Amino acid sequence: MPDCRCSRTSLVYMLPVALLIVSLFVGRYQTPVSAVIDESVKAFSSLFFGTPVSVSTQHTVLFNVRLPRILAALLVGAALSTAGASFQGVFRNPLVSPYILGVGAGAGFGACLAILLWDSYLFIQLMAFAFGLLAMFLAISMGKASKGTGTLVFVLSGIIVSSIFTALTSLVKYMADPYDELPAIVFWLMGSLAAVRYDDLLYILLPMFAGALVLFLLRWRINILSLGDEEARALGVNVEQMRLIIIVCATLMTSAAVSISGVIGWVGLVVPHISRMIVGPNYSRLLPMSMVIGASFMLLVDDLSRTIAATEIPLGIITSLLGAPLFAYLIRRGRMGWN
Amino acid sequence: MELMLEVESLAFSYGNGLVFENVSFSLKKGEVMCILGPNGAGKSTLIKCIAGIFKPAAGSVRILGEDTASLGVRKIARHIGYVPQQNEVVFPFSVLDFVVMGRAPHLSLFSSPREEDMELARESLAMVGLSELAERTVSTLSGGQSQMVLIARALVQKPSLLLLDEPTSHLDFGNQILVLETVQKLASLGMSIVMNTHMPDHAFLVGSRAAALNGGRLVALGEVETVVTGKTMSSVYGVDVAVREIQDMKRKVCLPLRGNNTN
Repeated sequence: MPDCRCSRTSLVYMLPVALLIVSLFVGRYQTPVSAVIDESVKAFSSLFFGTPVSVSTQHTVLFNVRLPRILAALLVGAALSTAGASFQGVFRNPLVSPYILGVGAGAGFGACLAILLWDSYLFIQLMAFAFGLLAMFLAISMGKASKGTGTLVFVLSGIIVSSIFTALTSLVKYMADPYDELPAIVFWLMGSLAAVRYDDLLYILLPMFAGALVLFLLRWRINILSLGDEEARALGVNVEQMRLIIIVCATLMTSAAVSISGVIGWVGLVVPHISRMIVGPNYSRLLPMSMVIGASFMLLVDDLSRTIAATEIPLGIITSLLGAPLFAYLIRRGRMGWN
Repeated sequence: MELMLEVESLAFSYGNGLVFENVSFSLKKGEVMCILGPNGAGKSTLIKCIAGIFKPAAGSVRILGEDTASLGVRKIARHIGYVPQQNEVVFPFSVLDFVVMGRAPHLSLFSSPREEDMELARESLAMVGLSELAERTVSTLSGGQSQMVLIARALVQKPSLLLLDEPTSHLDFGNQILVLETVQKLASLGMSIVMNTHMPDHAFLVGSRAAALNGGRLVALGEVETVVTGKTMSSVYGVDVAVREIQDMKRKVCLPLRGNNTN
């Protein structure tokens, strides 16, 4: 029995790789298996041996359109889910999402402001990232300045910061040119990976990797933080410091994800629950599992987004339509892994 | 013998509200100190100050001669194990995963427990007699089992001083005695123990020493027999209390008297 469970768990770890390969074939432009293999071999040899590659349509579709997008989906899903799982542990609440401290609202406002000011993709990305971090710092400093202790004040500060940035986003929408900027703002907020190129991946890789590495190394300590401040302190954990490190890392990952994908809900909330059902609540196993399931889930959603209709369906819509019923199902089954 | 714990002129206050002041006592290896007192006397706060969870307003706590103020939470946790009154676990960890968290002060920041830590966790579960529950989920345990699991987690810290905050308060009669027997067993193995209790009689069962906290200061301190007396207990709890010797059991008991009957 334990062996069987072990092998099934390790099968889950293969899921993102399998989905990556399948996703290369998915899309409106037909790509037969032979062509994908052929182009892959060519791409590899050009990458490693510098063989000149003739740029065919197939090559462009596979490696300049689909692959960066697939990689982005994997990264964004993994980042949101890892951050969500970490926030749930730190805030001792399984209903917490990565946007708890206003990171989503902040990043959304940053992006909208960028669209209004200077419509460059890189600038939008940068502003979203910066305002995501800013929202987190505002919420944290507000929480620290307050007299209350524990995590509740941070949650309340997050609600306040979110509310302010949501209002500011509405203001930007109100002021935006309704024929040009407003649709751009609305589409950005609904989430999409359609425009992602390799360069964009490069920019988000560093904050994501840094955040993921630290969280991965500290993952066992998240268990102890989830026991509450007093018990964690009695177990020798410097609670304030540890909590801040985890929040900053999770925010780095969330902001980086949002900066290229827009604000995508539900992933960071639902994926940790699915992962908990598979490996249990221990963060030693939960965090890597959330990463893998999150990456797979997001890639699946992105595949759906570019196939189910003639035009692309924004990602935020699909994650909500998938995530909300899934969450309801998990509640019904009473298998949330908490009471 | 070397003093395990020295509490000197300890005081604590929330803002302007003084909880207690001028609390001093010391404890040797293998001694059990029972702290008595009415609700709100500050017993739990005192335990948390000793554990380093709360920062005292004045005074000092020394463990094996070292001031805890200069030790830092991590080093304190290697010496002092703290068993909370009741805990609310949000995520349903397995008992073994929960107990092994007591290894935290001994593990480096980035490491997770290894097989030897798991082995220590199993040993402490065996110590409290719950080996067979290792794979169970903490949220499915009974009150008595939860208390024992919390004790097991503190034991994994390999502390020389164990602090228990009202370990028997939510337990049925049988489980109260099981917890007290465990406390006695640990003391006989050389561990020093400070324990809050609502039942003065428990001091007769396990205590080598006792202290009574009332009105923000220690009103009695010493051998159990000198602290748990009818007079002291009556004044501490504000009801009439009698202490009697049960001849055939060769032990004293502390019992409340009914309203009008005074001894």
